[in-house]
This record gives sequence, C-alpha cells and structure tokens, in this order.
Amino acid sequence: MIRLEARVQHSTLWRYSSPLLAVLLTLITGYLLFASLGQSPSDALYTFFIAPVADWYGVSELLVKTIPILLCAYGLALCFRASVWNIGAEGQLLMGGVAASTVATMFVHSDSAWAMPLTLLAGIAGGVGWAGLAALMKLRLNTNEILVTIMMNYIALNILLWAVHGPLKDPDGFNFPESALFGDSTLLPVLFADTRLHLGLVFCAIAMALSWLFISKSFLGFQTQVLGQDPSAAKMAGFNQTKLVTLVLLICGALAGLAGAGEVAGPIGQLVPQISPGYGYAAIIVAFLGRLHPVGITLAGLLMGLIYMGGEMAQIELGLPNAITGIFQGLMLFYLLSCDVLIRYRVRWTQPTTNSAKSATSAEFKTDAKAEFPHLSQSQPKGQTSAPAREQ
Amino acid sequence: MDIELITNILYATIRTGTPLLLVALGEIICEKSGVLNLGQEGMMLLGAVAGFIAMYHSDSFLIGFGAAALTGVLISLAFAFIALHLNASQVAAGLALTILATGLSAFIGADYEGKTVTALPSLTIDGLAAIPVIGKALFAQDAIVYLSWILVIAAYLFFKHHRAGLAVRAVGENPSVASNLGLPVMSIRYIAVMFGGALAGIAGAYLSLAYTPLWTENMTAGRGWIALALVVFASWRVERVVLGAYLFGFASIMHLVAQGLGLSVDGNLLAMMPYVATLVVLILLSRNPQKLRLFEPMYLAKPWHKGH
Repeated sequence: MIRLEARVQHSTLWRYSSPLLAVLLTLITGYLLFASLGQSPSDALYTFFIAPVADWYGVSELLVKTIPILLCAYGLALCFRASVWNIGAEGQLLMGGVAASTVATMFVHSDSAWAMPLTLLAGIAGGVGWAGLAALMKLRLNTNEILVTIMMNYIALNILLWAVHGPLKDPDGFNFPESALFGDSTLLPVLFADTRLHLGLVFCAIAMALSWLFISKSFLGFQTQVLGQDPSAAKMAGFNQTKLVTLVLLICGALAGLAGAGEVAGPIGQLVPQISPGYGYAAIIVAFLGRLHPVGITLAGLLMGLIYMGGEMAQIELGLPNAITGIFQGLMLFYLLSCDVLIRYRVRWTQPTTNSAKSATSAEFKTDAKAEFPHLSQSQPKGQTSAPAREQ
Repeated sequence: MDIELITNILYATIRTGTPLLLVALGEIICEKSGVLNLGQEGMMLLGAVAGFIAMYHSDSFLIGFGAAALTGVLISLAFAFIALHLNASQVAAGLALTILATGLSAFIGADYEGKTVTALPSLTIDGLAAIPVIGKALFAQDAIVYLSWILVIAAYLFFKHHRAGLAVRAVGENPSVASNLGLPVMSIRYIAVMFGGALAGIAGAYLSLAYTPLWTENMTAGRGWIALALVVFASWRVERVVLGAYLFGFASIMHLVAQGLGLSVDGNLLAMMPYVATLVVLILLSRNPQKLRLFEPMYLAKPWHKGH
C-alpha cells in the first residue's frame, strides 16, 4: 500500500529534480512508443532528438523555433507566478501576427527605415490589446480567465483566417489565403549568413534578462509573487491586485505579440493561416517545466523547440505522423505534475489498516454532519455558509 | 424566413447542441463531486477518433460509440489519478489531459484523416415528425439525441431524488464531513470523473459518426471548452444545461440563419459566433460573484485526502 505523507518543508531537491525526472520518463515512454510502432527505438530517438541538431544549420533552426516559444513562456511565467491562469498566449501571438502583418503589408514596396520597427510595435500592440481585453474581463467583469483566454484563442484564430481570406489577402496571390510577401525593409535582419536565425534571438535574450530582473530584483516582482502565493497577505500589505494582474497580463501579451510579429516578419515573411503550430500552448508546458524561472524556462524552451523539430524529422525520416510532437508535449506535462508530488509529499510504504478505527469515528461525526449540510436535506441552493475562498 | 427554414434551423440547433449537452452533463456530475476536469476537449477528441476507427472497421454504431465511451473513461482515469491521488493542481492536470489527448488523437487518426463512414441514421417517429415546425426537431433525430434527453432526465432525478445523487453532492460540498459520514469520497470522485469521461467520449463520437461522419484533426473545435462555460451558465443545474446547450447550438449554425435572412456575412466571422456567445454569457453570469459562489460546489478543484 502506497501512502503519501506530507513533508514539513517542501523538498528543494525534488523541486529541481522533478522536471529532469519528467523528461527522463517522457524519453522512456517515447522509447516504448517507438518500439510498439515497430521502429528501432534507439534509432528513432536519435532521429527525434539528436539528428535535428547534428549540424550548425540544425542548431540555428532550433533557435528559430525556440524564439517564439520562449517569448511566450517568459510572459506566461509572470502570470503563473501571480496565479493568473493565462492560457491565452496562443491567441495573443496570433493577434500580434495579424496586427504586424496589417502594418507590414503597407510597407511592401517601401524601403523606409520605419517599416520594421513599426511592424514589431504593431505586433506588440496587437498582443497587448488582446491580453488587455482578457485583463478587463477578469478584473472588471469577474470572469474566469481560463475560459476567457481559451475562447479568445479561438476568436483570434478566426480573425487570422478572416484576415488572410479577406482584407490582407494578396491581390496578386492566385487566390491563396496568404498576404503579400513582406518587403525586405520589413523583414527582421538575419544574424548569421545562410541561416534563418533572426533578430528575435536578441529580443529573447533581453526578455530573459528583464524577466529575471523583474522576478528577482524588483519590488513589483516580489508583489506578484506574494499575490500568487497568498492573495489575502498581498491585500493586507496593501498591494494593488488590479494593477499587478493587469501588469503581468499586459507583459505576457506584449511578449506573445512580439513573438507573432517575429514569426511573420522573420522565418515566414508573410501572413499565412498556420503561423503557429501551437507555440502559445507549448509555452505553458515550458513555463511549468522551467519552474517559472527564466533560466529553467530557457532550457525547457530549447527542449520544446527540439521536440517540434524532432516531430518534423520523424515525419520525414520515419514516416510517422507529426502529431507525435503533441504526445511528447502532453506526456511531459503529465509526468511533471506526477513527479511534483514528491516536492510536497514523501512516499511511504504501509501495511493496509483495518476498518475498525474508521467506523468508530464515523459515528461521532454523524451529528455534526447534519449541521454541516442543512441545505442538502432540502433541495435548494445553499446559502453563504463558511465557504473557503475559491482557489484561483 | 419560410416555415421549412425555421423547421430546419430548429432541427440543426438540437443536433449541434447535442454533443455540448452530453459533455456539459458529464462535467456537471464531475464538478458536483468537487472535481474540475478541464480535459473535456481532449477526451472528446479521443472519443471522436476512437469511435471513428471502431466504426470504420466494425461497421457497428454500438461498437463505435462503445469504444468512444471506453476511451473517454480510460483517459479520464489518468487525469483522476494525478488530480485525486497525487494532489496535482486540477487545472494543470486538466490542461495536461487536453494537450496529451489532442496530440494522441491526431497521432492515432493520422491514417484516417478525411475518410468517411456511414452516418448515424435518424429514428423518425412517423406521425409526430410531420408536425410542422417542431416535428422534425423533436421526432426525427437519431438515437444519441434521444439518449441525451434520457440522460438529462436521469441526471435530474438522480440529484433531486436519489441518495446516491445526494452523496455526490455531499462529497463536492465538504469531502471531510462526507468522509466522516462514511462516504467513500475517493471512489465517488473517481466514478464521477469516469462518467464524465464516458459522456465526453460519446459526445466526440457523435461529431465523427453522426454530425459530420468523418475524422479530421481537432474536429471538436473548442466544444469541450464551451461545455465548461455551459456548466457555469447552468449554475451547476441539470435542467438549465439543456437550454444552454441548444442556445450555443443555435449560435453555431448562424450561417444557416444568415442564409435564410439573405445576409451575406463572411464565414470566418460567423465561425466566431459560438466563442463570442460564450464570452458574452460568461460576462453576464459572472457579474455577481456572490451569486456564482452560491451554486458552485464548495470544494470544487480543491485537493483532498483522507486524514488531511
């Protein structure tokens, strides 16, 4: 019989070992999965995790894939630290891409120096606007941010589809649902010749440094941390909850919007329906796997980028469906949540206990229970009993 | 707007609302027991693909829907273990379930992409189906639609008039007291989660076997999430979830309505309607937090272990 025994103190060792164990378990599951598909597991794992980055071009492509994931994940981590369940990075990224493309298509034949900065700013504005709407609904209208941000992801996707089929469609594009190719003045400069690695990498580095400063060195960052761990303590200390929640959501929106702008003005070079294979959702896993810390997130983001590349490689080399990426992503989060139990609990092996002790106590509580559930004996909605505050 | 169009809109509203109704019903039962399962979207997708593959090879609707329900149950057990036994955050575990099941469904269904099967036939009750306007909507539907009505009535009676229904509610309101009363809290919660999984699986299979008898990646298109909002809309009451599901069903077939009114609105903008409707409903309902908390199971989404 396995029993969980609460630890007096959370285990620091398991806090940092848990993600590693989760990745290891994912790899083992992947090994078994490949074996069950009749592949040679070691060859398949090599194809998936090593082959994509076997040369310098592969590494540069890994970084290209990782940029949007990391930008979203740094922002999401701030939200999660404040216990704001923002699932909307995907929608914020898409809106950033749409807004950036709206500006970029105005500069197709221009060589203005303003083209690129304005495109990026439009992307940031698109993400901020979309996240701002979610903040407004959470704070002013008291809606649950999980459902709101997910609905907004679907709406953003439809806005993107409407844009590429309608106002932003390339008039000379043979009726394909794509915008015109952006002009050279709009495209992000490439950092290394013969690669697609663009200026977004620099934004990523800046975002990482700033989010680390925010979390570790700023009073605002400290306030969000307190708000996330104990809202009533934050209230007692006089921290402005509305301001903090708005701030983290807007920062996340700005970074996700920048990620979207970077995709359309970077490797893609135009607005297409598939600007993101779910980067915004992958970033949620990355944020958790990286322990909501910029350094951890960077490592987790690189791994996630590799999983995307591995999925493509497995499709080309092994003829496996690309969806294997999603399986690895889901497994990793599943295992992480499972391993995290070790932070708070010790696993104890116990002898099964007899039921005699249980039945003795149940009798004396019978009387209390009637008082506890007065509303359950009649079928009417319950009044305000001592309801604990809803866990956000 | 002629009579025939209104008849067809009503018919389509119920058909579109049926998968939402099934999922929301399962989630209500789950949430009444104090478990918040955000994995509905993923369980629906897996149900859709499992049902489709089973139907494709067996040509039997019973096997198709049975496989879908079983798949939903199995994957919901993974969620239940992590959320109930390992005390993980139920929100995170639900998200993980959706991400994993979405990937899994796309992977399993890759070879079946775009293939079709025979659609679930409707069981028309001859005399009654001829009633103008409402006849087709009420008496010319398929077996799953009728099943969903039976389930609604059963769930209503279960919570209103049955001891077991009371036990489920007690476990969601205060698991510690329920446990001291001798109720097996964990078992009740497991059964509630599995029941939700079965219904989500059937709802997914309804999409791939009846609504549009084919499999495409991500074909549920957020219906699982809309169903979660429906539960809030229904303030955890079974009788109200019917109204909500058909309201959303109606919002999803706006293109039919627009056609009937002779409007030409862009299809991509119309496709947003169900999501926009969900947002509007959430906003209208959430204005009054006290009222919302009045109906919400008290221990919803809170980890609980015996002896804690």
